[in-house]
Amino acid sequence: MAIKVTVEDVHRVAELAHLELTAVESERMLKDLNAILGYVDELNELDTSAVAPLAQVSELEGAAGAVALRKDETVPSLNRAAVMPQAPDTDQVFFKVPKVIER
Amino acid sequence: MATESKTESYVQKPKSFAELHDGIVSGRTRAADLAQLYYARIAEVNPQLNVYLSLTKDRALAQAERIDAAAAKGEKLGPLAGIPIGIKDVLVMRGASATAGSKILKGYQPPYDATVVRKLEAAGAVLLGKLNCDEFAMGSSNENSAYGPVHNPVDTERVPGGSSGGSAAAVAANLAVATLGTDTGGSIRQPASFCGVVGVLPTYGRVSRYGLIAFASSLDRIGPFAANVLDAATMLGVMAGHDPCDATSSTASLPDYAAESGKSIEGLRIGVPAEYFGEGLDPEVRAAVEAGIESLRQAGCTVKPVSLPHTKYAIPTYYIVATAEASANLARFDGVRYGYRSPASDTLAAMYSHSREEGFGAEVKRRILLGTYALSAGYYDAYYLKALKVRRLLAEEFLRAFGEVDAIVTPTAPTPAFKLGEKADDPLAMYLADIYTVTASLAGICGVTVPCGTTASGLPVGMQVLAAHFHEGTAFRVARAVEAAQGK
Repeated sequence: MAIKVTVEDVHRVAELAHLELTAVESERMLKDLNAILGYVDELNELDTSAVAPLAQVSELEGAAGAVALRKDETVPSLNRAAVMPQAPDTDQVFFKVPKVIER
Repeated sequence: MATESKTESYVQKPKSFAELHDGIVSGRTRAADLAQLYYARIAEVNPQLNVYLSLTKDRALAQAERIDAAAAKGEKLGPLAGIPIGIKDVLVMRGASATAGSKILKGYQPPYDATVVRKLEAAGAVLLGKLNCDEFAMGSSNENSAYGPVHNPVDTERVPGGSSGGSAAAVAANLAVATLGTDTGGSIRQPASFCGVVGVLPTYGRVSRYGLIAFASSLDRIGPFAANVLDAATMLGVMAGHDPCDATSSTASLPDYAAESGKSIEGLRIGVPAEYFGEGLDPEVRAAVEAGIESLRQAGCTVKPVSLPHTKYAIPTYYIVATAEASANLARFDGVRYGYRSPASDTLAAMYSHSREEGFGAEVKRRILLGTYALSAGYYDAYYLKALKVRRLLAEEFLRAFGEVDAIVTPTAPTPAFKLGEKADDPLAMYLADIYTVTASLAGICGVTVPCGTTASGLPVGMQVLAAHFHEGTAFRVARAVEAAQGK
């Protein structure tokens, strides 16, 4: 089985996903991703050049799932007093985070 | 000839909804006493099985008192009045812990109720607590829970299946009369099969997902676990229906599933796909499922082969689609609004990555990485788009088959429950445990898994009954016939 994913790929994808992997984790993920993607290669046995992608089954002809969008009306969202206590750091009005820009 | 060491069994069959309902309506049973009885059994058995992650005692007992007061006044009670029910911990209940089996949500108390929670309580259900599961519903053995694995009540050295392992084990061990689980690639059906209970995958759109902590939104569904088909059908009837809070929920009309499940199956056409009976199928599972199929023939069904040739492509398709969606859905866990925040972060970027690194378990990270890779520039067409195209082939294949037959029957899982730790180090082997369930997930069709026998060593075997979109009634009828043929 050809190696598809390199350790550089793992680091690049981890950065995109805001994950920070230890060296041990990176090695493990490298091995697992290659094993899984090697298996996924079986999909290339199929000629899908004339097949439209299906992202959501409600698009499927014959599946008879009537879906109704709700009216676009303004309704109150969850009350701030109920939501803010769940935040790790808050002044009860805003979410507080570490500084975004270094000066 | 007990040569093998046998672990203790915690299997106990709950009473039926009908029996409990009669007791509560007549006043012979008090809902509050029933709830206390369940809490006592949970206190005794949960340390061995690790089924419940948290209990919602105050809320359950307040609801039970309301039911008892209504019963005493002779008021008409809902179909689930006083029935003790457990909720998978990926569904939110206002003010109750919701961990999704993850460290990153430890201590989180959501400020609202999921639509299914609201509907069950409106029908009188007494919600006992939150059930263990694989982290963010990612897993097939419940070993990915940050709070420890669930043990199978049939044999505590074995897994209960996953990801809704707690939901299946709770019903099998009578730690709840029925439960809610979720199914993205088999997470209701496979554990129901491993624990010997009934599990339902409703059609995509049949049940609102409002209040479900999302894993893969084009696949996630909520469904019931129960000890028998009629109770599962009754529960789905309560849960199903359109909800303006979930744009994917359908306005399709709602049949009386309980009534449907009792209809004769005479004349129904049952399809058997050879692709589900090939290499990798345990011989004892095969024998039990074939016996179930024979009982359908005896009951007057026409049994015929159907062809689903793309079945072998379902696992790779599923693991691209599901992980791609998961990588997007799990982006919300960033340590800002709720859940875990790493204390050792002096910049925003470091806070994101430290919180996620420390908060997520290995399988969740693996899936986020795989999904991010499949969606990343240069790989999107080769992996994600390709998988969506094969998804269409798989779905259309089912639609064609349902032009010829009313239901399709298969084994639910290729093996009975495996041992704890057996597949824990091999993600690919674990993914193959879903080989017979991911197809219906991708196609959006419905299904019911029903116990159809046991192996020589007493492990349960489930038969999966699949039906076309919004034909849950047919799946219940067939499942009920399989149950009846075993004298249940």
